[in-house]
Amino acid sequence: MKISIERGALLKAVAQAQSVVERRNTIPILANVLIEAEGNTVQFRATDLDIEVVDKAPAQVERAGSTTVAATTLHEIVRKLPDGSLVTLTADSAAGRLSVEAGRSSFSLATLPKEDFPVMASSEYESNFSAKASDLRRLFDKSKFAISTEETRYYLNGVYMHVSDSEDGRVLRCVATDGHRLARIDAPLPEGAEAMPGVIVPRKTVGELRKLLEDDDMAIAVSVSETKVRFATPDITLTSKVIDGTFPDYTRVIPQGNTRRLEVDASEFAQAVDRVATVSSERSRAVKLQLDEDRLVLSVNAPDSGAAEEELAVAYGDERLEIGFNAKYLLEIASQVDRENAVFMFNSAGDPTLMREGNDQTAVYVVMPMRV
Amino acid sequence: MPALCRDCLARTEDTRRCPSCGSRRLVTHPELFELSIAHMDCDAFYASVEKRDNPELADKPVIIGGGRRGVVSTACYVARIRGVRSAMPMFQALKLCPDAVVLKPRMSVYAEASRQIRAMMDELTPAIQPLSLDEAFLDLSGTERLHGAPPAVMLARLTRRMKSELGLTGSIGLSHNKFLAKVASDLDKPRGFSVIGRADTAAFLNDKPVRLIWGIGPSAQESLDRAGIRTFADLLRWDKAALTQRFGSMGDRLWHLARGEDHRRVSAHEPVKSISNETTFNEDTSSTDILDGHIWRMAVKVADRAKARDLAGRVVVLKAKRANHAIVTRRLSLREPTQMADTIYRTARNLFDQVADQGPFRLIGCGISDLCPASDADKSGDLLDPGATRRSEAERATDRIRERFGSDAIMKGRALR
Repeated sequence: MKISIERGALLKAVAQAQSVVERRNTIPILANVLIEAEGNTVQFRATDLDIEVVDKAPAQVERAGSTTVAATTLHEIVRKLPDGSLVTLTADSAAGRLSVEAGRSSFSLATLPKEDFPVMASSEYESNFSAKASDLRRLFDKSKFAISTEETRYYLNGVYMHVSDSEDGRVLRCVATDGHRLARIDAPLPEGAEAMPGVIVPRKTVGELRKLLEDDDMAIAVSVSETKVRFATPDITLTSKVIDGTFPDYTRVIPQGNTRRLEVDASEFAQAVDRVATVSSERSRAVKLQLDEDRLVLSVNAPDSGAAEEELAVAYGDERLEIGFNAKYLLEIASQVDRENAVFMFNSAGDPTLMREGNDQTAVYVVMPMRV
Repeated sequence: MPALCRDCLARTEDTRRCPSCGSRRLVTHPELFELSIAHMDCDAFYASVEKRDNPELADKPVIIGGGRRGVVSTACYVARIRGVRSAMPMFQALKLCPDAVVLKPRMSVYAEASRQIRAMMDELTPAIQPLSLDEAFLDLSGTERLHGAPPAVMLARLTRRMKSELGLTGSIGLSHNKFLAKVASDLDKPRGFSVIGRADTAAFLNDKPVRLIWGIGPSAQESLDRAGIRTFADLLRWDKAALTQRFGSMGDRLWHLARGEDHRRVSAHEPVKSISNETTFNEDTSSTDILDGHIWRMAVKVADRAKARDLAGRVVVLKAKRANHAIVTRRLSLREPTQMADTIYRTARNLFDQVADQGPFRLIGCGISDLCPASDADKSGDLLDPGATRRSEAERATDRIRERFGSDAIMKGRALR
């Protein structure tokens, strides 16, 4: 194999591949990226056995062929090469080396046979549709903060992507929760997605997927089966196993009967929460919200370190309420709000609270209160 | 050389018999009346309490321990002569001493005796650091003017009082730091009184094995062996940097101990690091039903102790000992600290399920660690487990009932399994 490729195109392709590779590997081949050159494209493939990414880039292929080489090393080299340089990759299968040459720099890297590289089995997808990158980005960006890291409830370690009914008809919905907070985000149902099985997309896949979604107008080809999910742009294909588990029935978690309505400017609210939480050094900092007619007092009382209080003008017309929350959770949900005011719907100090942006029902957050 | 009669507390000079009462129980040391850090260790404490309460046992070998499968927690001196040691498996102890009287521990009785001894020690100094029910460090520095007698006299008086008022005996180690005091108390058991002075520290330690150091177990011993360190003299040949490099923070401590230096204070407030409970079964079991009952009962005990001390744990630990004595442990960090039996049980049960296929087990234990004040605990509920809040309210209500009517007044069905 011998190819020449522009440094920028190579860096982009290799960067995507190497981020899938696990840093600590017990199986050497999994640290490698599979390079395959044919026609006028070169293809980079990397996997951690759960996720596989294939990235194509245009290249001058002098001699077709393939090899595998350590992904992080190749990425580091390419990253350090001067911008605009032309990089030549030459595989010497007899010597088991890949030479990387650019300008006056040359490197020789150890390779492993391409036959050892595990290629993810192709599978039948029950549902294939095209979704807007901007829609997918919103679905995952606004839900991923609530993904759980708890290993015992592994089925919460991802975003539950499924088709659901809403007030506005059928929607593509993403839900994530860790038992303390929950995010439920809806997007218009893409054509052809009606029969999609609900799948739990793992946290790492959500992170990798994000890199495919930078361009608003890009159409993403989505394929879903009971066990796998695939997202593809013309250049990049990301295939991932889904979490083998049942996502809990989240609908009964979302409070329906909360009537006490608070409306507040989200960024003013977030800043105030952040300020008062400063005095507490506990790991889970509790902020107390005292609600009175059109008045919200935020306070933190940490017996060992100090106390803080801040008052905000808000819209609130119900009876007096005192309720506590983990400051971090409040900040996270408040930061999801970017256009309108944040609307909180409370019931009692012990019940889950609902938050949304204005009257927008397509992004709903639930947060569990804390005893204060 | 100063001497003290341990029977009549008369202070005298070096002599073979006490000039006042004629007793031979004299303790003699050049620094006897200058040293003030002591370690008091009761002699075969559990067994002594049992013998006191049942004089028929006086000349019989008595072993305190749990069940046929358990281990010896205490053996009286009669049994010790036959080779029985604490922590020895019971079957082995019974082989050595088939006529031994084996008694189940009566912890509440021992705790009462311990409390009485503690009350006597409280009269000597406020600086008491109990290590367990039957041993404690005492710092009597600066108490001579108050008591009108040097520490050695007050300590001899303490053991005399323990004997006459409680019918229990103890051994005293007196030195200039905790490490040496603890070593000294073990030199002349039972009813011992040993002194290690500043001047004789180096000579005393010289050829002693390093496993004398409290906290040097078989594995630390092994790594010391590999470095060619067997005695304190070996240790003295190492410089501080080399020891620290090889053994980390332990190396620094070893360097000081090798010189008989130990700067730890006798402190009454050693923070509790973890709370745990464990059970050894009469027969190995892999029955999930039986083990589940044990996990629940242990969770309740752990939670009770946490609640009593206003503590909560961030980590739940499960320990299981397999039939071949291999120990498996699993731990999980909770999202928020807890002191609730329900949470400890559910987490431990979850951890147990991860190792259940490695049974049968001979022992199981569970506990909490990474402790924090209870005020930080159990503050938020779980969206996905709406029953959790109700279960927690039920537990608090149950606790109030148990507080009033005794800990058996109300219990869950699974506690009976």
